[in-house]
Amino acid sequence: MAFVNMKSKEVQAKIVYYGPGRGGKTTNLEFIYSKFRERIKSDMVSIKTHGDRTLFFDFLPFDIGKIMGYDVKIQLYTVPGQVKYDATRRLVLKGVDGMVFVADSQVEQRKKNVLSLKNLQENLAMYKKSIFKVPLVLQYNKRDLKKEGIPLLPTETLEKDLNSQLKVPSFAASAVSGENVVPTMKKIISLTMASLQNVLK
Amino acid sequence: MGSNYDDNITFMDYTLDQEQLEHIESVLGEDLIKSGVHCVLLIDMAGNIIAKCDNGRCQHDLYSLAALASANFAAVDTMAKIVGEAEFSLLFHKGENENIHFNKVNEEFLLITIFGKEVSLGLLRLKVAEAVEKVNSVFMQAA
Amino acid sequence: MNKNRRSLLSSPEPGSEGEEEDKQLGSNYDDITFTDYTLGQEELEKIENVLEDDLIRSGVHSVLLIDMAGNIIAQRDNGACDHDLYSLAALASANFAAVDTMAKIVGEEEFSLLFHKGENENIHFSKVNVEFLLITIFGKKVSLGLLRLKVAEAVDKINGVWKP
Repeated sequence: MAFVNMKSKEVQAKIVYYGPGRGGKTTNLEFIYSKFRERIKSDMVSIKTHGDRTLFFDFLPFDIGKIMGYDVKIQLYTVPGQVKYDATRRLVLKGVDGMVFVADSQVEQRKKNVLSLKNLQENLAMYKKSIFKVPLVLQYNKRDLKKEGIPLLPTETLEKDLNSQLKVPSFAASAVSGENVVPTMKKIISLTMASLQNVLK
Repeated sequence: MGSNYDDNITFMDYTLDQEQLEHIESVLGEDLIKSGVHCVLLIDMAGNIIAKCDNGRCQHDLYSLAALASANFAAVDTMAKIVGEAEFSLLFHKGENENIHFNKVNEEFLLITIFGKEVSLGLLRLKVAEAVEKVNSVFMQAA
Repeated sequence: MNKNRRSLLSSPEPGSEGEEEDKQLGSNYDDITFTDYTLGQEELEKIENVLEDDLIRSGVHSVLLIDMAGNIIAQRDNGACDHDLYSLAALASANFAAVDTMAKIVGEEEFSLLFHKGENENIHFSKVNVEFLLITIFGKKVSLGLLRLKVAEAVDKINGVWKP
């Protein structure tokens, strides 16, 4: 539910990073924060446990400049990935304009990715939104682990598991090294802005 | 949803043995449930339920409540910091029939009390304060 | 929950029937997935005037009209307030939503209004309507009684200017 301020010519849109626990959602935002430190005026807000797990959300407001004459403020959020936080996770989805699903490429996480995506579909449905309609980008994270000898799912398998019906843009990425983190974000911003075009006249 | 995938790895830096847990539960039962409280939960800041006690007629989804309560507590705490406060005073929510009271036990734990019209807020606060003191003394022994 | 919800993952055939199913789904999903809204310049100015005249002039430090997604709709302060308002808006909407969900869990429609008391700064929440919250930050100079009165007046006026 983006908000368009006709007076200050400003658009605020909410983009949520979703996915299984320990998949790298927070790390995506941390990379973006460090990369664009000079453009992001406020601190990143992280509500997390003492064990460094996301408890409620991370929040990073990001001014991306002018699009079609509007100052665009993107609000990046993560959800808590742990299964037990479903009630909290659902709250973060309120008013979402665009989504990034961060999948964990490790072979042993295959099932968790699938279940988390299904959980996203269910939670969007509670807001009467369809996962087939919301602007969405998939990210296959942790590709860097391959050189550590950790077995990873081929991106073809991830595509088949997660994207065979959605058919949305996807990126193989490494949030830790930053590989494809910014392209993922740029893609979801452009899809989100495109979906808002009818209001931005 | 949820329960069919396993993700229960939680960071816990405390342990309570069976005896200590029983001690805590008896405090919750004696001090709070016997005073007319409907349900009481001791949770950690990650939303895990450490101990609970109810009057036997409490059908709320306590696991979701615990997760929300810990997240909410942390959100309020962060807001306090943003406006330059160390912390905000305690949280209390008043409903038509059910009320929720939150009390910080220590850095790690919250006590959540659900009660109705039979208990006055004044009495509840007194009883909660007593229970918190007793629970903390159990933690002292545990540490 | 939607009984006819389509399973994302059960289809062994990748692709092919996607479009068709999507059409069938049309009636199950609300087609308007984006309830975006805009406020005209004039309406916003009226709202900002209400915030200024009713609240800032009464001694409130800062006031935010936000939506339930955490976006800032309008904002006014006394010029001596340098809080991170975007973060505050995100947290406030989350706080409100969490409390609202807890109310439902214990069988309440909603809890009475939300108020946080600090040593020097207090935060008061008031629901304007289904979509909007008014967040007021104030100090010792304003009593809670007066604040509530002023907030109630402002909420009425905002609802008079514009309903989503």
